[in-house]
Amino acid sequence: MAKKKISRRNFLATGPAVAAGSAISARGLTQESEAVHGTPPSGISLRVQSLISVLTKKGLLDPKAVDALIEYYETKIGPHTGAQVVARAWVDPAFKTRLLENASSTITELGLTGIGNSRADLVAVANSAQVQNMVVCTLCSCYPWALLGLPPSWYKDFAFRSRAVIEPRAVLEEFGMTLEEDVEVHVWDSTADLRYLVIPERPEGTEGMTEEELAALVTRDSMVGVEKLQPYRPEGEV
Amino acid sequence: MIDPKALKNLPLLPRDEEGPVFEEPWQAQAFAVVVQLSEAGLITWKEWAQYLGSVIREAESRGEHDTGKRYYEHWLTALERFAREKNLAQSDELEREKEEILARFIEHTHTHTHSD
Repeated sequence: MAKKKISRRNFLATGPAVAAGSAISARGLTQESEAVHGTPPSGISLRVQSLISVLTKKGLLDPKAVDALIEYYETKIGPHTGAQVVARAWVDPAFKTRLLENASSTITELGLTGIGNSRADLVAVANSAQVQNMVVCTLCSCYPWALLGLPPSWYKDFAFRSRAVIEPRAVLEEFGMTLEEDVEVHVWDSTADLRYLVIPERPEGTEGMTEEELAALVTRDSMVGVEKLQPYRPEGEV
Repeated sequence: MIDPKALKNLPLLPRDEEGPVFEEPWQAQAFAVVVQLSEAGLITWKEWAQYLGSVIREAESRGEHDTGKRYYEHWLTALERFAREKNLAQSDELEREKEEILARFIEHTHTHTHSD
């Protein structure tokens, strides 16, 4: 697969440390405008949206409460699925290599069929001591929901969507992440055609754990790239 | 969050031991709207079960034997019917809203395209 530096339009991160970094796209994005925009809501999704919109305008519905409910149920379709993928990548370096090259086809090895939207490609990006990846959808809220569940409300929030690309470090800091100066932040802008999964670093203290135990440590936020997994300490140990 | 007994009155609701399960975001949204309307006192679960039940029975009488796959499509159809009958949202309002949503999307896309 051709690895090429992607353009600013697709790689919108700014800041000195970021500008120095070379972002690698898993897929050359030549049709920039197509890839960035996403597709308009259609069919059944548009029916639900218009209903929510009309009821909201009449004061019969609080969209925030709807979001809160959705978040409550998000565990139903994730993010344990994404966690499985991450845990396998941690224990199986060859799997991780394949995943980074072609995530859409590699996750089928785990019996996962696509990412819910057959038109969308999945791209996995791995964190390291030098690189922190963060996922955003600046336009709407494209999200690998078949792997991570439904997007949290902050992911859809305008402030997050706009600030994530302008001042990613400040945003990460608000999520409780302090980055060393030499760590590059790569911000990936999701589209209707491309969804990103961040492979967080395996936490310290997890040597000898089974894949299943590891999967239980992987959080949703770490797979969106706004959380660093803390070193594992067995219960009772200080 | 929701009275589990209320959900028991909804036949065929895709669920696991902890509650409803969804395959796509719009399903959770449609579900959440009904929960909100019930919490706001605009519909009771009993009434909702009747609306949903009617839509499902109509589908079955058309020979569509649902295995649960189309459950949330029926859910949404029932919700639209409820909104219409209770004069909460008429079909023409919904159609106008759809056009507005699409127009906003196109405008947004256009701005985005030429922003740099």
